[in-house]
Amino acid sequence: MRRAPGVLARAALLLVVVGSLFPLYWSIVVASHDNAAMSARVPPLLPGGELGHNAHAVFEAVDFQAAMANSAIVAGTVTVSNVLLSTLAGFAFAHLVFRGRRVLFGLVLGSVLVPALLGVVPMFELVSGLGWYGRLEAVIVPGLVSAFGVFWMRQACREAVPRELVDAARVDGCSLPRVYWHVVLPALRPNALVLAMLTFLTSWNDFFWPLVVLDPVESPTVQLALSHLAGGYYTDYPLVLTGAVLGTLPVVVLFALLARKLVTGLVGGRVNP
Amino acid sequence: MFARLDRKVTPYLFVAPFFVLFATFGVYPLARTAWMSLHRWDLLTGPVRFSGLANYAHLFTDPLFYNALANTASIFVVSTVPQLAAALGIAALLDRPLRGRTAWHGAVLLPNLVPVVAVALVFTQLFGRDQGFVTWVLTWFGADPFDWQAHAWSAHLGVAVMVIWRWTGYNALLYLAAMQAVPRELHEAAALDGASRARVFRSVTLPGIRPTLLFTVVVSAIGGLQLFTEPRLFGVGSSGGNDRQFQTLVMYLYENGFERFDAGYAAAISWVLFALCAVLASVNAVLVRRLVGRG
Repeated sequence: MRRAPGVLARAALLLVVVGSLFPLYWSIVVASHDNAAMSARVPPLLPGGELGHNAHAVFEAVDFQAAMANSAIVAGTVTVSNVLLSTLAGFAFAHLVFRGRRVLFGLVLGSVLVPALLGVVPMFELVSGLGWYGRLEAVIVPGLVSAFGVFWMRQACREAVPRELVDAARVDGCSLPRVYWHVVLPALRPNALVLAMLTFLTSWNDFFWPLVVLDPVESPTVQLALSHLAGGYYTDYPLVLTGAVLGTLPVVVLFALLARKLVTGLVGGRVNP
Repeated sequence: MFARLDRKVTPYLFVAPFFVLFATFGVYPLARTAWMSLHRWDLLTGPVRFSGLANYAHLFTDPLFYNALANTASIFVVSTVPQLAAALGIAALLDRPLRGRTAWHGAVLLPNLVPVVAVALVFTQLFGRDQGFVTWVLTWFGADPFDWQAHAWSAHLGVAVMVIWRWTGYNALLYLAAMQAVPRELHEAAALDGASRARVFRSVTLPGIRPTLLFTVVVSAIGGLQLFTEPRLFGVGSSGGNDRQFQTLVMYLYENGFERFDAGYAAAISWVLFALCAVLASVNAVLVRRLVGRG
């Protein structure tokens, strides 16, 4: 028997949620006022009416439209590719028998913990050697498949796709690519959705690598455009935070649509007795 | 014939995309980083000459390197200790029967999904000397406007707050998942034996989630070593304050590699970072094995 949380516990949780949401609320407050209002002795605590005006100014100051489009292209491509290729490799590691499988999977596991940014200097050399400096390929291609994705989809495949199903399909004369497409992918749709969302967020939010290989003016992503907006000697916060709100909006919308699936995917669907 | 080929070759084709990319953008750059670090190397024009361990010799006597190392460690401690403690508390609260569970979980997780750049920008405003919300709140208590970036301790605290805000909820959900995997019967048995709730938490819950605790410490440490965006965008300029009082290791790497084009030196810093990460990862592996073996 577990007791329902008392008043104190509820108050503590509520405080946590307020703390989680306050910086987002505050971004909206700042983004909807002008600089004069924010400089007052007592800052405004409720949203104002300048959001439209500030948004217009953001689009004047930097090429935010191009930044949004670039980020959407990069994150979209990386997401679709990572889901398809991670599932492909995860399926092979989960259910297919081939020599060297254990060693190869050991490599996947080992590389999960090695941060990619440690090779950043030669990565820059490599990518500019390919003529990709300032081009979206530079941020798309290295992200086409991830060790985390392979690990995650292997696990999912073991739990959600019975080996007998794969064997049965093969006995019926189904080739492996067809098993992948017609059996594995449909069965893993819920897991793939969680991986897709995590991949999209990671790619959309990435800053370090785009900063190294893209040009914040010629080929901006949203994050580069934002840091460029904030980069002057004097920072115009209503302008900058309007950009931040606009750049966060797609993420929040996506989250609102898929929160239930994401949370269940991370915490597990276990129901407490 | 075709079926045999399918069975023998196709598995390799399925894992090939991962390994091609891993070799190209994972292994090769890491190996080349080691090679580069043994040279004087200009990022834009290429190798100047072989220099042996000169970059490392310089690194280990470079006060700016130690400054960045100390800042990174300090921010890590200030951000991780309260963060994981709070996450544990939040997980314990969420582990009780709650109405609208998904909504609570979602609200706790949300900060982790917000772009780091946006997080850094809004917190920089919150901590601003002239218009900042925190400054305004402090004036209620009679404090003067305070320049958070000017001092090492306050700048570290400011950066740590961003990290705490982003990661506490995420870690709380990891702990929650681990707690829910601890068999309920253990709790009930302990409760029947008259153990207090605090005692049950200490003697049943904590040991049950030990591997997860360890995992989050190591992941936080590896993440902490790579801290870049938050301090980089905290305040004017890109070198982490006038006296580099909040310049981290990766910021120093970036400065050397991509602002001074000293690729050899930046590669040496990368390799030291890699060694630190490898040590942490193997400590993790050893501890997990020992813990699991004992449990």
